[in-house]
Amino acid sequence: MNGVTVDAELQVVRGPSALGGGWRRFFELLYLISVTEFKKTYFGTVLGYVWSLARPLIMYAVLLFVFTQIFRIGSGVTNYPVMLLFNIVLFSFFQEATTLAVTSVVGQEPIVRKTQFPRLVIPMATVLTAAFNLGMNMIAVAIFMLAFGVTPVTTWLLFPVILVVLFVLTATLSLLLSSLYVRFRDVAIIWTVAATTLFYATPILYPFEPGIVPERFHDILLVNPLTILFVQARHWIIDPSAPNAVELAGGWWELLPAATIFGLICFLGVWIFNREAPRVAEEL
Amino acid sequence: MPQRFSTLASGTSIDQANAQTEPATRAASVDAAPVVIEARDLEKRFRIPSHRIDSLKERAVRPFARMEYRELQALKRVSFDIHRGEFFGIVGRNGSGKSTLLKILASIYKADAGTIRMAGRVAPFIELGVGFNPELTARENVVLNGVMMGLSQREARRRLDSILEFAELDDFADLKLKNYSSGMMVRLAFSVMIQSDADILLIDEVLAVGDAAFQQKCTDVFQEMRASGRTMVLVTHNMAAVQDFCHRGMLLDDGEPAYEGEPEEVARRYMKINFAGAGPGRGSREGMAEVHTRLVEAWLENEMGERVENVEAGEPIRLRAVIEALRDLERPSFTFQFVTPDGIHLFSLNRRLTSPQGRPDRLAEGERARVAGTIENPLTPGRYFVKCWVARARNPGDFALHGLNVLDFVVFGADQRPGLVSVEADMEAVAVEADIEAVAESEAGRP
Repeated sequence: MNGVTVDAELQVVRGPSALGGGWRRFFELLYLISVTEFKKTYFGTVLGYVWSLARPLIMYAVLLFVFTQIFRIGSGVTNYPVMLLFNIVLFSFFQEATTLAVTSVVGQEPIVRKTQFPRLVIPMATVLTAAFNLGMNMIAVAIFMLAFGVTPVTTWLLFPVILVVLFVLTATLSLLLSSLYVRFRDVAIIWTVAATTLFYATPILYPFEPGIVPERFHDILLVNPLTILFVQARHWIIDPSAPNAVELAGGWWELLPAATIFGLICFLGVWIFNREAPRVAEEL
Repeated sequence: MPQRFSTLASGTSIDQANAQTEPATRAASVDAAPVVIEARDLEKRFRIPSHRIDSLKERAVRPFARMEYRELQALKRVSFDIHRGEFFGIVGRNGSGKSTLLKILASIYKADAGTIRMAGRVAPFIELGVGFNPELTARENVVLNGVMMGLSQREARRRLDSILEFAELDDFADLKLKNYSSGMMVRLAFSVMIQSDADILLIDEVLAVGDAAFQQKCTDVFQEMRASGRTMVLVTHNMAAVQDFCHRGMLLDDGEPAYEGEPEEVARRYMKINFAGAGPGRGSREGMAEVHTRLVEAWLENEMGERVENVEAGEPIRLRAVIEALRDLERPSFTFQFVTPDGIHLFSLNRRLTSPQGRPDRLAEGERARVAGTIENPLTPGRYFVKCWVARARNPGDFALHGLNVLDFVVFGADQRPGLVSVEADMEAVAVEADIEAVAESEAGRP
């Protein structure tokens, strides 16, 4: 056993908080927890990677069949199968992360109530684990894209922008939901329904083009920050000839509502989580 | 004070002899050490919702409904200093706020008011093995736990081996925790705790787990930690632990510090308040068949002649009662019987009525007799009843009074010794060579 730190000075203990214990500890814990969680999904079961790919792929196969063979929305759209897979994988990340994050803080009750733990790590770890999954799935998507014959373009380099914005939105929304869930237990049910609604209110199955989405719904769809992201992703990655978000909205200012909502979620997520963090242990 | 003999439970009071010989010198050196935990006027209130609005639906239906709370003051003006190298015990009854206090020190709860300042790295152990993930291997869990405790990842990995070695689990390092036996789990958790190398350890009742062998290991480790100058705050119900390990202690009563100081005194006061609610003093008179006599009053006195409700272990007991005859009693005798709550008869005191000279040996109707007795107190801490029987001597067995539970009192004291009585004794155990040879011979004789 080593000796004790002799030169330590008295420092004010501020009590529990979202970060609690400094950035270094926060990031190390975040990293360790998400990596172990990630390893568990990929190496824990026999099928590993295949298994975790199976869910989005099966859903993809079904949707692809429905929308090319029955509704035929996708028939006239350039690279529709690629777009659909790409969109589904991106949205799965959003849905998986937020849905798991809602109950995360409550689910880790023993840790919250009995250890000194930076509260922020808990929902962030679920988001980060989902992000790792997204990374793995993106490898499959990339292979599929090249096999399908999508021409690589320079705007592919802008993909990280999409990812960062999506990550920030997902993370802050997760913070908001997980801290609300501590007080209001029906948030979980509400969010399941809301996420499904969002799936259809975002151009995932269908391309957002004047010919396909009736004009009168444009404004409503454009309020959704995810819409902007998916439209822009399609323009940059899948089909450069597809309209970008600004063109669709008809000007920068038309993107303001979505940007405001995005900003509001970011602000509320961080603010509410930070405010609730010190008392979470008592509320559980 | 004469040495009392009683069988000590093995493993619980190790080093008691050591602890008793050195406290003065140790306390002095500790006081000179710098303060590492400074708590000032800590306050904590819990709001317990009497009607909880826990869904958005309810909130939406009644958007302006206020949640109704009952306030529970868990801590009131708690201040103390703990010096480096000190082992500090916090004791109190259930709900006295001791665990809340520890959780505030551990940054799990936030204090409503007051300040805490600490020096050095703090590791809380509210429960052994909390934060272990059953799906991960011991190796992964140990690293994760180390980082949770504030170590860097590299540092945590470096300690991995010594932790597994101490826990005697090297061979199971890559086994998932869900496949561990509970004993292995406890060993691992404890090992993580002692290897955490924190300057300040905050421990809640950890000593209460495990079998005797494990308790022994805990004991050894705590002694070692104490020697290495670590600071520890221990929350416990176990007064033996407080007396064995702690330099100083604090008694919390209803969220307020009731006493702070010597562990022996802390333990004594704890026992006292712990039993204050249990013994109503003058016993319940239910079930008494008042046929021939009536119990007017019965009470206990201490040596100064003051009435007391409970008695401290080792202090003489003075028993007083006033009994009134409901009809003429010829040559009555009075028996006080000491009984445990389980109905075990411990001993009795018996005395015939002494009448002033020239008076008949009887108690006439309406007359009262005063009965007094003083006994040495061999009773170990616990609850006792006194029953009273009044017999008419003419017909032995013709009881005039079945006084059930005339008195109901508690003997309090710090030592929790097994057995109902502790007696003074001289005892020695000496190895006798002849005997050893005899044993050796008898063993050699066996095939």
